[in-house]
Amino acid sequence: MRLIRIGAGLPLLLAAVASFFLFPEYLSLLNTLFILAIFALAYDLLQGHAGVVSLGHAVFFGMGAYTAAVLAAHGVTEPVVGLLAALLLSGLLALLLTRIVVVGNDLTRLLVTLGIGFLMLEAANQARWLTGGADGMSDFTMGPVLGLFRFDFAGETAFWYSLAALVLVYAFLWRLTTSPFGLALRGIRENVRRMPAIGAPVRRHLATAYTISGGIAGLAGALLAQTSNFASLDMLGFERSAEVMMMATLGGTGSIPGVVLGAVGFSYLKDALSAMSPKYWHLGIGLVLMLSVFVLRGGIAGGVSALLRRLRGWE
Amino acid sequence: MSGLISILADGIAYGMLLFLFSIGLSVTLGLMRFINLAHGAFAMCGGYVAVVLLNGFGVPFLLTLPAAAVVTGLIGVVLERSVIRHVYPMPELQQVLFSIGLAFAAGAVANILFGPQQQPMLLPDWLTARVGFLGVGITGYRLFLVLFGLVAAGLLMALFNFTLFGARVRAAVDDRRAAEGIGINVDRLFALTFGLGAAFAGLGGALAVGFLGLDPTFPFKYLVLVLMVVAIGGPGSIGGSFAAAIAIGAIDALFKYLVPEVGNYVIYALLVLMMIFFPRGLAGRAA
Repeated sequence: MRLIRIGAGLPLLLAAVASFFLFPEYLSLLNTLFILAIFALAYDLLQGHAGVVSLGHAVFFGMGAYTAAVLAAHGVTEPVVGLLAALLLSGLLALLLTRIVVVGNDLTRLLVTLGIGFLMLEAANQARWLTGGADGMSDFTMGPVLGLFRFDFAGETAFWYSLAALVLVYAFLWRLTTSPFGLALRGIRENVRRMPAIGAPVRRHLATAYTISGGIAGLAGALLAQTSNFASLDMLGFERSAEVMMMATLGGTGSIPGVVLGAVGFSYLKDALSAMSPKYWHLGIGLVLMLSVFVLRGGIAGGVSALLRRLRGWE
Repeated sequence: MSGLISILADGIAYGMLLFLFSIGLSVTLGLMRFINLAHGAFAMCGGYVAVVLLNGFGVPFLLTLPAAAVVTGLIGVVLERSVIRHVYPMPELQQVLFSIGLAFAAGAVANILFGPQQQPMLLPDWLTARVGFLGVGITGYRLFLVLFGLVAAGLLMALFNFTLFGARVRAAVDDRRAAEGIGINVDRLFALTFGLGAAFAGLGGALAVGFLGLDPTFPFKYLVLVLMVVAIGGPGSIGGSFAAAIAIGAIDALFKYLVPEVGNYVIYALLVLMMIFFPRGLAGRAA
């Protein structure tokens, strides 16, 4: 496990950079893959490290997307400012919601997050004056990144912009989860009753994790809104919440490189299969999910580390 | 005033359907601790069975109802014995993923077989006619739903409270290990109750076609409301689920008609508030 944790970041980064030169026609798809990887990483801080399952994490993604879009529509066109605003506002929203999410058991948590998800969806739908309702928001233009790099038609700027954000988030989360705080989160996941006994403030740790996770999810949403020049209701719908859970789990919940691979693989398959027909995508993902519960419990990362263990055993 | 009563009647009829959808989930959650987000797929299955029989083979409406229940119940038992029973001991996350996958797959199969459109259902004349009831005119179908729901709830309560089977289920819900210790075959009980729950959902789905419509998004469309019924009523409690379903149906209908601007919020806000202040449900059982 330790081997993958340390070693996988660099090859992943090299693969991402190489994809820029190998697939120049697919830059906008790659951009989306990076963004969803950030979203999945944010979500997995909760599910994989703290063991808190949520079915409403798209709320923060959507919050970030609308923050960036609304700011841009009102004249704040510097993308990095929009990103920071989205990070702060989504984090703030998460901080406000954390009191009601952290209480209770898994079932009530699922219900509360599900309920909050539908509440926010309805709120965004009703606030037409701000969000454009069901039509979404597209009448805004982004300025150049840092005043230097203009968003171009081929998506080159968007590619590097999102990749830079992914690298930062990856490094930050890697540092965070290997710190004593990350260890405390894993302690909470493994045994929530014993943690207070060794003096760990469980509620405060969970609130911190939830706030960070919400903020980064908002950052991902803002990136998507900025690079696609569009914010819509499906960015905070139930399906997106369910998808991020699937990405994290299929990739290998609790493993940062695994989650990135899971998000990229999932989104690529979704793009390819949905091009055929959305019904085959739903059938495919349904079957894969049901199977994954039985055969690939640790996701991609779990499979790889099992393989590595076996290889080492042969030596 | 008569308008209000007919809205209430609408809400109660809706609540009856919610009760039928959720009772199976309530019992399986209470008994097996299985978080089944795919329970709505059984309701959808019942709906399609009824539509195919009625529109395709001209089977009378009243006969399609038991057929939908039996077919869905059998599918439920087969699924439970072959796959789902292996999911019971898994952690919540795996259960959630498995059942979301099942619901996606079921919706996709319905989409491939029947197409994405709403399914039409021709109800017999005696159900579409308006009838006078307590001085108010409501459509016969609403009245039929309410009466049917009452009968179903009564039968279920009698089954669980006054038969040996019911006593076994209640014993297993309360303390599974002790129930096994006194010789109850909990494994077989699981299969039977799962099938029964699926059958009731299928019945509800067949009844719902003429009221709520039917399309491949059905498994997720009523998921939140169904989970709410279970959480508020308390998993494993039939009376609690019944009261919660009727209350939720009535509140939802009332607010949607009377205050349409906030109508869509009320039910979700209620869910969040309930979970904060009564995380164990009104019946007081832990999930």
